[in-house]
Amino acid sequence: MFSGLMVNAWEAATIVAAVAGLVGFFTVMRGSAFAAHALPNGAFAGAAGAAVLGVSTLLGVAVFALAGALGIAALGRRARRDVATALAVVAMLALGALFLSLGGAYAPEVYSLLFGQVLGVSGSQLLPTAGLAAVCATGLAVLYRPLLLSSVGPEMAEARGIRPAAIETAFLLLLALATTMAVPVVGALLIFTLLVSPAAAARCLTARPGRAVLLSVALALATVWAAIALSYWTGYPVGFFVGAGGAAVYALSRLAGRLLPGRAG
Amino acid sequence: MSFFASGPVHTALIVGALVAVVSGPVGVFTVIRGQSFAGHALADTGTTGGSGAFLVNVNPLYGFVALNLIAAAVMEALGVRRARGRDVATGIVLGAALGLSALFLDLETRSSTTGATITVLFGSIFTLDPGTVPFVAVTAGVAVAVMAVLYRPLLLSSVSPELAAARGLPAGVVSAGYLLALALAVSLSAVTIGAILSTALLVGPAATALRLTRRPGAAVLAAAGIGTAATWAGVALSYESYYWPPYQQGWPVSFFVVFVVLAAYLAATAATAGRKGRR
Repeated sequence: MFSGLMVNAWEAATIVAAVAGLVGFFTVMRGSAFAAHALPNGAFAGAAGAAVLGVSTLLGVAVFALAGALGIAALGRRARRDVATALAVVAMLALGALFLSLGGAYAPEVYSLLFGQVLGVSGSQLLPTAGLAAVCATGLAVLYRPLLLSSVGPEMAEARGIRPAAIETAFLLLLALATTMAVPVVGALLIFTLLVSPAAAARCLTARPGRAVLLSVALALATVWAAIALSYWTGYPVGFFVGAGGAAVYALSRLAGRLLPGRAG
Repeated sequence: MSFFASGPVHTALIVGALVAVVSGPVGVFTVIRGQSFAGHALADTGTTGGSGAFLVNVNPLYGFVALNLIAAAVMEALGVRRARGRDVATGIVLGAALGLSALFLDLETRSSTTGATITVLFGSIFTLDPGTVPFVAVTAGVAVAVMAVLYRPLLLSSVSPELAAARGLPAGVVSAGYLLALALAVSLSAVTIGAILSTALLVGPAATALRLTRRPGAAVLAAAGIGTAATWAGVALSYESYYWPPYQQGWPVSFFVVFVVLAAYLAATAATAGRKGRR
């Protein structure tokens, strides 16, 4: 279980889960689960486009993730955020449908980009993943305070001169970075689940931001490690175990949050 | 063969119009209530039911409807009243459903090589069986009837929850009824035209219509009209693209419909940019 290609899988999944736990905290605080779904899912179209043009998957995903983030931000200035996100994701996926029909990717490749095939990570994919993870974590560290402030108290943040549109765009760009880091190695489903479930579970257990961030990272790591091990033993897809595991972690935390004293779930 | 004489084109035009007409009223409320994520999530969740149905060899439509009703019920049960809690509840349900989808599709590809992943996600309006038209029409009729019954209470609770509560309107029942109509409308459209197009037709025409008019009744009609026009334009363009490079295969309908819908939305946004108070 810890030999050869599997080592790459463990390393890639660990990097992705750690960053997803961090970014996920803000995703849940800001109510941005739709964007966390839309960017990875839509960026899959970039991979399909890259296959048509014969360029690297990473480049295609990066271009689509960034364009998607800026598109949501631009549309969101004059519309409800969820409408802007929906329109952006269908635009990206429609392009994906076009690329697929023009004869780029084939079915197993589509499956692994959407649902994840973490067991097939190659050594050369690890370096860009680690690099993007470092950039994403640094960006998050720099933006930690303004992001937190604008997520908890938008009015107070504005009074201190933090522009809501600018911080929202910055957050979407961080999501786009996390997407670019994750989609080529673990697929869209994995990163989406890891962005939402662990952080939502952490928020059920503690109200303190610092603790919630750490807990979110810990739960993300636990979910993905358990999923890889189960996938390895049973032979069923890792995406299934991450999806089901994420929901289970959330359900248990919600239950525990209700039972714990002094914390309204 | 000419455009209107083609059987698949006939079926595509009829089903496309039915889906657009159902998506009009449901979509307007989806946009007003800020439930676009739920609509999109149900379309994706439906693919889980669809792939499960593939696996056990029953009509995918039953899988879509069954799973969507379950998903809508769980979202309603998990979701708290605040928009943020709803967003997370939708995300958790979607993640779990997509996990199941991954399992079903994986099992499916082990037993055959039909490329179920792509069929289920992207659907194709040109490969519809004409025999499903009556069923689609009946489901569409049920969804429109539910919306007609719910129309006034739903409007009140969407526009002014406080006033609705003051009049003793049961918010839970109204919200559950709306999710039921949404689940029906979305399964219908996702199974016929694919999950992507389903979201595009649900949100795009409704958001465009709400830019053009603030009167909900007019918006419902306009959304149905815009959706139908976009679908028909998409079908016609896709038919035409058979003669574009790469020759002899055609570009996907979903691509054209989405871009007609987006163009309409951006045009409506630009046209009303000068006016005040529009959302």
